[in-house]
Amino acid sequence: MTEILNIGLLFSAIRLATPLLLAALGGMFSERSGVINIALEGLMLAGAFTAAAVTYYAGSPWVGLVAAVAAGAAVAGIHAVACIRYKADQVVSGTAINILLTGVPALLSGAFFLSSGSTPQIPKENLIAWTPIFIAFALVPLSYYALYYTPFGLRLRAVGENPEAADAAGVSVRLLRYTGVILSGALAGIGGAYLSIGQSSLFTRNMSAGRGFIALAALIFGKWRPVQTMLACLLFGLTEALAIQLQGVPIGGEEIPNQFIQIIPYVLTIVVLAGFIGTSRAPRALGIPYQKEK
Amino acid sequence: MKITNLLRELLFPVIAVLVAFVVGGVIVWIIGDDPFEVYGLLLGSALTWPDGIGYTLFYATPLIFTGLAVAVAFRCGLLNIGAEGQLYVAAFATAWVAIKFGGAVFTPAAGAPINYAWASLPAVLLVPLAVLAAVLVGAAWGAIPGWLKARFGAHEVITTIMLNFIAVALISYFTQYYYKAPGDPIMQSVPVGAAAHLPRLGDFIPGLPSRIPVNIAFLLAILACALVYVFLWRTKWGYEIRATGANPSAAEYGGISVRKQIVLAMAVSGGLAGMVGINEVLGYRHLYYHEFSASYGFTGIAVALLGRNHPVGVFIAAILFGILLRGGIFVDAFSEHVTKDLVEVLQALVILFVAVGVNYRWMSNKFSLLRRSKV
Repeated sequence: MTEILNIGLLFSAIRLATPLLLAALGGMFSERSGVINIALEGLMLAGAFTAAAVTYYAGSPWVGLVAAVAAGAAVAGIHAVACIRYKADQVVSGTAINILLTGVPALLSGAFFLSSGSTPQIPKENLIAWTPIFIAFALVPLSYYALYYTPFGLRLRAVGENPEAADAAGVSVRLLRYTGVILSGALAGIGGAYLSIGQSSLFTRNMSAGRGFIALAALIFGKWRPVQTMLACLLFGLTEALAIQLQGVPIGGEEIPNQFIQIIPYVLTIVVLAGFIGTSRAPRALGIPYQKEK
Repeated sequence: MKITNLLRELLFPVIAVLVAFVVGGVIVWIIGDDPFEVYGLLLGSALTWPDGIGYTLFYATPLIFTGLAVAVAFRCGLLNIGAEGQLYVAAFATAWVAIKFGGAVFTPAAGAPINYAWASLPAVLLVPLAVLAAVLVGAAWGAIPGWLKARFGAHEVITTIMLNFIAVALISYFTQYYYKAPGDPIMQSVPVGAAAHLPRLGDFIPGLPSRIPVNIAFLLAILACALVYVFLWRTKWGYEIRATGANPSAAEYGGISVRKQIVLAMAVSGGLAGMVGINEVLGYRHLYYHEFSASYGFTGIAVALLGRNHPVGVFIAAILFGILLRGGIFVDAFSEHVTKDLVEVLQALVILFVAVGVNYRWMSNKFSLLRRSKV
């Protein structure tokens, strides 16, 4: 058992936590401004597909990364317009985006690459295995600073807690919410890009496999705060790393079925939501479309 | 309901579908195919007799169930994204009953027959038992997030999504370790007892060959629509659910326990979603095939939204999506670039445009107990 708990596990955990952290931090900006972002899963997929496809054509993963950011931001823009301008139900809109992004990449890769949903393999020199990890963990202190020590962060939070008061003080609720949502798309896009051109070398259909939802869970677990979210992502990354390591390894003489380890993040999230681990208070105006009073 | 209101309610989903098709057509054109040709293939292949219509109805059956499930939850102001998990546990439960009480004996390629069953009941007892199992287990899995919301305020969207994953993992465990045939590389259970097989519609309808899998479960789906209508609009419980969804604080003031309604609505919703298992396990594969669901749970959301959360609308919307699913296979095979993922894209666009259109008129209730919490 103790052979497993080594430094390799820690590195694995960090690698596996990286996409979660990027998506979760993105989600934080969106939700702190008051817009629920269930679409993190779809945004990651948008980033992953775009990164893989563009890197293949352009030959450079950096171009791919930038393209992924743009793609994530663009798709998040759809969510933003639907929720902010048209006041659509934010959860339904997010779900639509997720379903959209299971279909669109497959369609496009069928058209451009004549495949059933994957992009062609990218040669090893063109992968960026380390940069996204640095970006992700550097973003933690950066977003902490931005959120709590800049006017932008203050206004963002205000808009998520009490948009009426912020509006009365002259802050543009709309603009800040758009910023929050589009930022979430950009960051989730990087997270997705890491999946396709960092951790692996191509895009496959639905490759995020629920990570967007786990990132959302980590965000809730982390009480919508940067450092706690990072810890939550590391915890979930660790459980995923453990699940891989423990496959087929007996503990105390008995093999633990893989499925039981797989469900740990999900069970933890429910436990947190039920309030068993401290109270998790969402931004007060989260999910309520803002109606400007006449 | 005033005529203009009714017309607007009916017209607006139609417009959403048309806009979705237009946007989808643009995407098809970008990919390099002719949108009119693709759509012609899509719709045409679904409306032939017997294969087109038969398969369309078969594909529509699970969507009717999940559409009803999401619709009932919506009527209470809840968004049930957990239909996927609910239908999986229910499908496994129904397979379990059909195995344990259906005299399921499996003979591996090399070796003695293995008896998985406790008893071998006749069909007239076994089928209702299996159906009941599906409904009750689905209802239980739906009641969990309902209870979590009622008791702790945990948002049902996240809890149901989590429970979807948990359901898949748990069922995978049971299938793999207890009910998979030894040596079977596919994650599926042993076949259920023969008495649990549902007859296909082809057995009764002249002109419809029995090779088409549409079965009695489709009739059950129609019955479910009728029952949901009666439940929501002709019973006290249904009234209370609708009242809670329309205005929770007023309902609470009027003496309705909002918390109870949440759990009840989610349980009913889960039970309806669970009925998908009847079609899949008893009527089609005759075993539990892990992860069989082609996103029935998520498509159910589209179906419910398009059908305006009314059983008649859900039925029509489910047929529409059945047409898309059937046509999608042909489009995939016969068009140059487009794959059946186009159907998913159309689904998503429909959900998006319905969501955008609906909330133009919605005013949120600021004092609602069901205010979206903790997401």
